Amino acid sequence: MSPLYIARSREIAARELDGEMMIMSARNSTLFNLNELGTLIWQAADGATSLEEIVAQKVCPEYEVESAEALKDAEAFVRELAEHGILLISDQPIAAPAAPKEPA
Amino acid sequence: MSTLMQEMNERALKAGVPLSVQLDLTYRCNERCVHCYLDHDDHGEMTTAEITGVLDQLAEAGVFFLCFSGGEVLMRPDFFRLVEHARSLLFSVKVKTNAFLMREKEADRLCELGVQSVQVSIYSHRAEVHDAITKLPGSLKRSLAGIRLLRERGMKTIIANVFMRQNLQDYSGVVALAKELGAEYTLDPTITPMLDGDRAVLGLGIDQRELREVFRTPELVGNVNEFCAPPPAVDDDALDSVPCSASHTFCYISPYGDVYPCVQFPLPTGNVRQQKFLEIWKHSPQMNEVRSIRGRDLPTCSSCSHLGACTRCPGLAYMEGNMRGPSTQDCEKSFARTGIPSANMLAKAAASPIFSGGARLVQITGGQQPAVPTLLSTK
Repeated sequence: MSPLYIARSREIAARELDGEMMIMSARNSTLFNLNELGTLIWQAADGATSLEEIVAQKVCPEYEVESAEALKDAEAFVRELAEHGILLISDQPIAAPAAPKEPA
Repeated sequence: MSTLMQEMNERALKAGVPLSVQLDLTYRCNERCVHCYLDHDDHGEMTTAEITGVLDQLAEAGVFFLCFSGGEVLMRPDFFRLVEHARSLLFSVKVKTNAFLMREKEADRLCELGVQSVQVSIYSHRAEVHDAITKLPGSLKRSLAGIRLLRERGMKTIIANVFMRQNLQDYSGVVALAKELGAEYTLDPTITPMLDGDRAVLGLGIDQRELREVFRTPELVGNVNEFCAPPPAVDDDALDSVPCSASHTFCYISPYGDVYPCVQFPLPTGNVRQQKFLEIWKHSPQMNEVRSIRGRDLPTCSSCSHLGACTRCPGLAYMEGNMRGPSTQDCEKSFARTGIPSANMLAKAAASPIFSGGARLVQITGGQQPAVPTLLSTK
């Protein structure tokens, strides 16, 4: 299976509250709340680290879960967030998008 | 409010997190609305660097919802730099503007930056009424053009309609306009006193009879029976409840860096030019005093049947002289909804000259009239 890279969308608002991420889609104002595990994956979504590495390095040691099962669940989770447009996924590393230019 | 949003508010309240902040970038404005509570002179606004520094602090404090307002935000040449900085800190940004200066470039930029929503005040669908309120000729035309540009780009746009005597009759025209533009519509029947305490503008507001009519219009309030239902019995939950989000999960910052519990609660709690925001939020005695007040601490309102359902604004109460006192405008709203006078209204009536001096009753004995007790004094 090819590696999966994940990056946080710029079209969101987000803040951590009490250890959990609140995320709001700028596209349609839908509000999401990620639990601690989801927050862990979200915060590691830098576009450069593969999901497999995130699961192996962050999730498995923290939650003492079996790697293959955790990866399967994590993949379903990130695909769901991607469907809502709040996370970007790719089989290639994702570069940080450039900020829009200031109007003249 | 959605369940998730409610949960988020409760968690923020428990954790003492200022979930929402309104930051007024300027009090300068190109309009001169007859009911506006602000002085439009510039008394030393915060610089770009000062505001970006405040935004950094707000993000660190956990603020999620940030409202940029004014004055007119587009009067500041650095407005988009500030929005850009706010968005880089991942705030959910709402902008309040009159949209007079909204052109394609500005609308594009707000969309590119992922602003959540834009709120524009529209007072009437008729230029002669709207422009007479803003005192800016051509303002309705320009504001509507601005809204159209925003809507064409898919921006969530809210039309806010403040009710006054001079525009009340036009609300259905504004509702229709909002529908046509694909904008949301929100009404506000409350005129706020000037921040310096001048209450003369309150005379522009609608009266009790008009308020009753507004509250019985399904187009404006939804389910009238539900909206105008008698208040629920006052229980311990109501007595232990906090009056509103001011100082609990919300606060307001002026263009000069003054921090207040709310935009209409001008109790100074500190200034971000002299102190860190979190220091003010957590340790200001005034902020903590507001935070300590519960329903049972309100001398008049704790014995009022409306306590559990009242929209009592502690800021308006403060402007009447006592932050623990009643807010007469909210008493009037409760009365207009339910027909049940508030404890404050009953206390005022009992103390009025009509009743004072032992409730003079005049017995009319002349002619064929029976002896009728009346509340009218002949004095």
